Amino acid sequence: MVTRALALRLAGRLAGLVGTLLAAAVLVFLALHIMPGDPAELMLGINADPAAVAALREQMGLDEPLFVQFGAWLSGVVVGDFGTSLTYGVPVSTLLMERASVSVPLAVLAVTLTVAVALPVAVAAAVVRDGWADRTAMAGAQILLSVPNIWLGLVGIYVFAVILRWVPAGGFPGWSGGVLAGLTALALPAIALAAPQAAILARLARIAVGEAMDQDYVALARAKGLSARQAAWRHALPTVWAPIVTIIGLQFGFLLAGAIIIETVFSLPGLGRLLFQAVSQRDIPVVEGVVLLVVAAVVVANGICDLLAIASDPRQSARRPVSAGP
Amino acid sequence: MGLGAAGLMAAIAMLAVVWTPYAVDTVDVANRFAGGSLEHPLGTDQYGRDVVSMLMAGAATSLGVGLGAVLIGVVCGVPLGLAAASLTGWRASVIMRGNDLVFAFPALITAAILTTLTGPRAINALVAIGIFNTPVFARLAANSARQVLALDFVAVARLAGKGRARIAVEHVLPNIAPVILTQAATQFAVAVLAEAGLSYVGLGAQPPAVSWGRMLAEGQTLIVLAPQLALWPGIAIALSVLAATVLGEGLRRRLDPRLARFTGE
Repeated sequence: MVTRALALRLAGRLAGLVGTLLAAAVLVFLALHIMPGDPAELMLGINADPAAVAALREQMGLDEPLFVQFGAWLSGVVVGDFGTSLTYGVPVSTLLMERASVSVPLAVLAVTLTVAVALPVAVAAAVVRDGWADRTAMAGAQILLSVPNIWLGLVGIYVFAVILRWVPAGGFPGWSGGVLAGLTALALPAIALAAPQAAILARLARIAVGEAMDQDYVALARAKGLSARQAAWRHALPTVWAPIVTIIGLQFGFLLAGAIIIETVFSLPGLGRLLFQAVSQRDIPVVEGVVLLVVAAVVVANGICDLLAIASDPRQSARRPVSAGP
Repeated sequence: MGLGAAGLMAAIAMLAVVWTPYAVDTVDVANRFAGGSLEHPLGTDQYGRDVVSMLMAGAATSLGVGLGAVLIGVVCGVPLGLAAASLTGWRASVIMRGNDLVFAFPALITAAILTTLTGPRAINALVAIGIFNTPVFARLAANSARQVLALDFVAVARLAGKGRARIAVEHVLPNIAPVILTQAATQFAVAVLAEAGLSYVGLGAQPPAVSWGRMLAEGQTLIVLAPQLALWPGIAIALSVLAATVLGEGLRRRLDPRLARFTGE
């Protein structure tokens, strides 16, 4: 049951999330529109024809007062209009949609792999606490989390593309070629991306579940006849779900940024290639679009995990004593 | 063990600033793609540069950026966190909200913004990772400082007439320093990995500067011909990160009294 206090708390977090998104938009706008001086001159270079600079200033609305520029820009951004790319000449939103269809599935696939591998390992290790399997798994995880994902990607390319020739060394067939073909192209990058993060999550979850295993309610569950494994999944893990979900939320930021870098390793046409080209061409509307999209994704992912953590806390839904209820 | 390994890495990096077995900015085409030998234990790259010398020069870049980024995080973040814990009301919440906001910008994104503004420069990676580290240290400092501020000796200091700032510096800071130091080791590991990623995609160290991330990028183009060139920098990064995380855990075990009680050490 969702209590009134819980609903209020969730609404408060939601308002905070919208506030953070707005503040992020202001920050990105200020950084890229005003700080360097004249964006038109920046984009065209110092030796540009003054007439061309003036025309671009006109086109970008740079002669308007600052708050008018920001208002126009923000009202566009809210409805998904990031302006027009200066190098591609097409709407930035079109480019973002096209490229995000590679990066976002890659990041989501990596998060899924991370959780699917890390949690069973963590719980299994917590069950056999301080045994050789626990120590070996955690030592292995410590080594794995130290390995750069780029390098794992390169090893993957060398083994599976150069030696075994099972997969191409990179590239993306596009989703039009079928979901399976797309997922196959994303498999190696997703594994390279997920492995170190899974090692981090496994270690943190192992500590949390291990501590919960020492609690009285786990002892009670064991006394009622549950095996250590059952007690770990049904009683220990749910009580530490909140910090684990919060960590997964934080990892999403690393995975999305990591996805943008690992795309370069595997020559995937995602947000990474778009961003790095836009940075070198100083295509400011595109940089703004990618930056805002990534920041918004990080904020929203953290927000969702925050809400899940609050909602999944057993103490939140526990029936309260009548006298303390509203 | 962590301390020894981290010390060795630091020593190699510092040595590389003044001396490497071979110069890393000269080309020796006659000797390119050499295998391991007494003169070149790990061989040479596509320009005939000694791989051991390259790794040493890369250590100076990567560990230097890692150290700088952690310093930025500590110097900017810890005072902010202390202020947030000492102050009350809107000033504290402005600081914490600001932290949340900055934390939503991955180092990659900050580096991309900086590079758009100023063009590719090695310092961008350092600043971007440092900015990312700032809210990490600010949050940790604020949370730890609040625990210390609730203790009796702080109340005594307050009764003695000490102001908020003086209490923060004289009583809180020494007590949260161990936690900050432990986190610094962890953030250093994160920073070394981040630097490699940024250099790899061209948002960090620029040629002719040598960095492990750039060595990975150059090695990838030759992966069919000479896969070992991409192998070594990855191992160098992993060893540095491993040394820093083991060091961090050692510090945590030694310095955190709460954890020591839990683990019975």
